[in-house]
Amino acid sequence: MLKHLYDTDCVTWSPQGKLFQVEYAMEAVKQGSICLGLKSNENVVLCSLKRQPSELAGYQEKQFKIDDHMAIAIAGLTADARVLCKYMRTECLEYKYTYESHHPVGRLVFKVAEKSQHKTQSGAKRPYGVGLLVAGIDPNGVHLFETCPSGNYYEYKCQAIGSRSQAARTYFESWFHLFEKSTLEQLILHGLSAIKKAIMEDEELNEKNVEVGILGKNLKFTHLNAQELRDYITKLEQFSPNSQIQQE
Amino acid sequence: MYIPVNDMLKHFKQDAPAMANITHKSDQWSPYHDNSGTVLAVGIPGAVIVAGDTRLSNGYNILSRDATKLSQLTDKCVLATAGQYADFIALRKFLQQRLQLYEFQNEVQASTETVAHLLSRELYSRRFFPYYTFNLLAGLDENNHGVVYGYDAIGSYDQMTYGVQGSGQELVVAVLDNQLKGYNKINKTIPQTREEILDIILDCFSCAAERDIHTGDNVEILIITAAGTERIVKPLRKD
Repeated sequence: MLKHLYDTDCVTWSPQGKLFQVEYAMEAVKQGSICLGLKSNENVVLCSLKRQPSELAGYQEKQFKIDDHMAIAIAGLTADARVLCKYMRTECLEYKYTYESHHPVGRLVFKVAEKSQHKTQSGAKRPYGVGLLVAGIDPNGVHLFETCPSGNYYEYKCQAIGSRSQAARTYFESWFHLFEKSTLEQLILHGLSAIKKAIMEDEELNEKNVEVGILGKNLKFTHLNAQELRDYITKLEQFSPNSQIQQE
Repeated sequence: MYIPVNDMLKHFKQDAPAMANITHKSDQWSPYHDNSGTVLAVGIPGAVIVAGDTRLSNGYNILSRDATKLSQLTDKCVLATAGQYADFIALRKFLQQRLQLYEFQNEVQASTETVAHLLSRELYSRRFFPYYTFNLLAGLDENNHGVVYGYDAIGSYDQMTYGVQGSGQELVVAVLDNQLKGYNKINKTIPQTREEILDIILDCFSCAAERDIHTGDNVEILIITAAGTERIVKPLRKD
């Protein structure tokens, strides 16, 4: 009940030191369909589950290329994600024009976080209702970041956000120690295994509702096409993380 | 339509009055430098061949023997530029950025025709302080046949089967008129195969290097087909 007294706008604190509007914005992220990312020494992989509003509709894309060396996966309000995506793309283009090199990943995530924080400190604005997983590669290495509506950002070895993401995170907690030295193929299979944990009982993975994006030190961001997705989903049945331990 | 160098520079120099104490103003600083060199492009069914020498000069000096005049803008088209190198770089950067934005917004790469028009508009946007660039845009059209667009410094452009720009332009274009169109040719055999045309192009550059001091060192050739881009580099006279 007390919540409703202090949750009208961003400029009101609750007695417990919370900004409820920001917390509600984070809820919007949790409602979005799951997307996850994981990285090795050489590659980053983004996997997402695409939602279909109805039988008649197409599937909503969840991953967007920002530049050759960077991509995002989104969970939450797609319209807000579009705004951030456009901002990130423009920043990357300007950086490339001025410095003839790729925008450092961490710095761009920081810019997005600044932009997000700005929306949490005004009476007339609302926070962005979207969380991003930013995958990128720069001279500092291979990166995976998460951004929040609050303006916080975190770097991860692997992370899952969105609906039923806890199941994927539990899978990660058991197996993330293998990711560093994994090959690209193993990484993709881990990602798909984690997503599989998060789908409903009557759902199944297929090339239409799953989106996989890959990035590597010498590999520009690409999506797996329908045939490749089918192949990997088939391989999933034979795949078990235990087999990877035995190899090493 | 090609604007010769001197016509452009004329606008930035003032004629000296014929009086004893007045210093001649031919030393006035000019924003333009001609880094010279020669580029050409030939379109054939299924492919387009673009070539440029790699010598960069300034007056009688050589600045580099290994500077490319070619820039691949999309999978299907290449910009070849003779003139001022700094303006070539600025123009190339603008086009690369603008075309990446196009790709983000339209989810597909710009067609050669689109790039041609974009280049024309960018050149004209600087109508009153032109890019000192003499461009050829070579690419594959929607049917994957080779097309060449030739430009003047302020963006007037037209589609051609082949084009030449740069310091060796007059030397080379006459040879191509003869070899590829059969003008003034007694034995009118027109080359059909890619290999024959490549030979002609290499010969053209060798000829230009003989007579034009600004052309030489190496010739860089890009062959664009639907399957991809092939790059060949051959040496030319270094003197």
